[in-house]
Amino acid sequence: MNELIKVDHLHKSYDQNTVLRDINLTINKGEVVVIIGPSGCGKSTFLRCLNGLETIDSGHIEVCGHEVNTTSKEIYKIRQKVGMVFQSYDLFPHKTVIENIILAPLKVQKRNRADAEKEAIELLAKVGLSDKKDYYPRQLSGGQKQRVAIVRALIMHPDVLLFDEVTAALDPEMVHEVLQTMLELAKNGSTMLIVTHEMAFARAVADRIVFFDKGDIVEETGDVKAFFDAPKTERAKNFLKTFTYD
Amino acid sequence: MIDFEIIRSYIPLYTEALFLTVKIGWLGILAALVIGLSGAAIRHFNISILDKLVLIYVEVFRNTPLLVQLFFIYFALPKIGIKMSAEKCGILGLGLIGGAYMIETIRSGLESVAAIQSESALSLGMTKRQTFVYIILPQAFTISFPGIIANVIFLLKETSVFSTISLMDLMFTAKDLIGMYAKTVECLSLLVIFYLIMLLPVSIIGSALERRIRHAEFGN
Amino acid sequence: MQSLGIDVLFKGTNMLRLLKGLWVSVEISLIAVFISILLGLIAGILMTSRNIVVKVFFRGYLEIVRIMPQMVLLFIVYFGTTRVLGINIEAKLAAIIVFVFWGTAEMGDLVRGSIKSIPKIQYESAYSLGMNKFQVYFYIILPQTFRRLTPLSINLVTRMIKTTSLVMMIGIVEVLKVSQQIIEANRRSSPNAAFGIFGVVFLLYFMVCFPISRISAILEKRWT
Repeated sequence: MNELIKVDHLHKSYDQNTVLRDINLTINKGEVVVIIGPSGCGKSTFLRCLNGLETIDSGHIEVCGHEVNTTSKEIYKIRQKVGMVFQSYDLFPHKTVIENIILAPLKVQKRNRADAEKEAIELLAKVGLSDKKDYYPRQLSGGQKQRVAIVRALIMHPDVLLFDEVTAALDPEMVHEVLQTMLELAKNGSTMLIVTHEMAFARAVADRIVFFDKGDIVEETGDVKAFFDAPKTERAKNFLKTFTYD
Repeated sequence: MIDFEIIRSYIPLYTEALFLTVKIGWLGILAALVIGLSGAAIRHFNISILDKLVLIYVEVFRNTPLLVQLFFIYFALPKIGIKMSAEKCGILGLGLIGGAYMIETIRSGLESVAAIQSESALSLGMTKRQTFVYIILPQAFTISFPGIIANVIFLLKETSVFSTISLMDLMFTAKDLIGMYAKTVECLSLLVIFYLIMLLPVSIIGSALERRIRHAEFGN
Repeated sequence: MQSLGIDVLFKGTNMLRLLKGLWVSVEISLIAVFISILLGLIAGILMTSRNIVVKVFFRGYLEIVRIMPQMVLLFIVYFGTTRVLGINIEAKLAAIIVFVFWGTAEMGDLVRGSIKSIPKIQYESAYSLGMNKFQVYFYIILPQTFRRLTPLSINLVTRMIKTTSLVMMIGIVEVLKVSQQIIEANRRSSPNAAFGIFGVVFLLYFMVCFPISRISAILEKRWT
């Protein structure tokens, strides 16, 4: 099966405010899709709908062939297939790096500790943090925390990874190391859905760009270079203009 | 001046009273913690009608004095057929008022754990129960700990009203001895000393634990 | 089914007597809170001092208040002063002294806490605008602490009212004492009066304290 995520006529509003309007999107295995758009355009909400952290008003979301329904028990299974990394500050502060990583494998997947720890150490080595395994989150820099958060998602062997503005709260010098980690994941064939404001990164990593504005998908294209050089819509043009100075 | 012979002869009476006070006090506190934890969980998970009942309970017991609650339990309830020993009344009264305070303390701890924490736990596939037990509760406990200690000290202090339902606690002993022998200074000094014996360790150990736990959990 | 004593309340002036008894508690609390707030403001500002003597003094004061039951303090002031100092103070005055002693510590600590909670940048930006120390406190720091303090001091009122129930122990005739008298007087005609009367006292306290603590909670939500 090639389609990992299938979103059909998704609609969501808070009180009177429509946050997502008739969203249709399909993500295939191995694809890296980058969502960009101004703040408050609904892109984060969209991501959170995909693993049932938000309820939806109408439409369908299918992940790995299962309907996402926040009220059914199935949601816990779906969430294991969908790894998510948040903006920041979401490591569990009362647990060390390694405990953060192996908690879900132990409690959710019921794996044995030795096995989970072994994999955790391997993954930490890949992101260059082997020596930090017994540190508490507070002892890490922002960039290191985010790399741990990525490992914590990876160890669940998700079919798809969601990244919600993972570098937005980081100091500029930390941004690079996190994006580098994500770039490597992309090279290794992971399926990823990324919300970001880092345009250069988006350009480098994306197989497809989705431009959100005011709850709509305004532009969607696999021709990433063309989108950044000459976007088709006026709204995308105006948005991209805010990143240049002249 | 102060008569040390008198003081020496009073010490056994005070010691006995101290044991009674400590016993009732800690049993009451234990009850308060159990009520506090269950009540806070009910409020946290928003369990329909129970949630409202807990809310009413908390407001009623936080907005009335323990002395009045005790009078009601000890003098009024027997009139409708609910009779308990003074000791049980004391434990129940302390447990009920303490429970109301503990619910508020623990609940505000639960609330102050950032939403992102439970979201990341859920996004890893944990159930609501797992998220509560492994992620929310440990952090909430750390945050609530100073409040819980303050409640414990408050409750131990509140035991001083037990004398009104004729429990022979420290207060009762002091009042009784003053009434009989009029050795006011000696009796009051012993009263202060015995309350210090009961409360100072809790206060000191509490503050030390507070620092420890904060450090172990969050490192500041 | 025998009467549970509600009827006793409507006999003669019983209800009025109860309410008067309640007023005794409320009156003591209000006087004590008023003085505590004034003294507490001063104490709180002093507590932020870096002087070691001042610090140690207030540390000790706060610790005493923190761990000594108010009932013990009441006994010391009411019975102790008579013996040691040879002066005979009236029960009501003794109660006010104790509640002020307690309230000043609580209030002082609240004031200290709210002054400390104002971020340093607030002082720095005020000073950088050329304000002097008095102006910084008067225009910048105190207005911010005031908002934090108001709900907390209102809360102190309810705690005082609840604690004043203790004053019956030093012989002040307040609502609980009045109830006991009424119950005693009607023992023959209405043996179960304790239920009705104490139930009503329970309600009365709730009706006084609940609205005040609601106000405090609402202000706290709005202002923080």
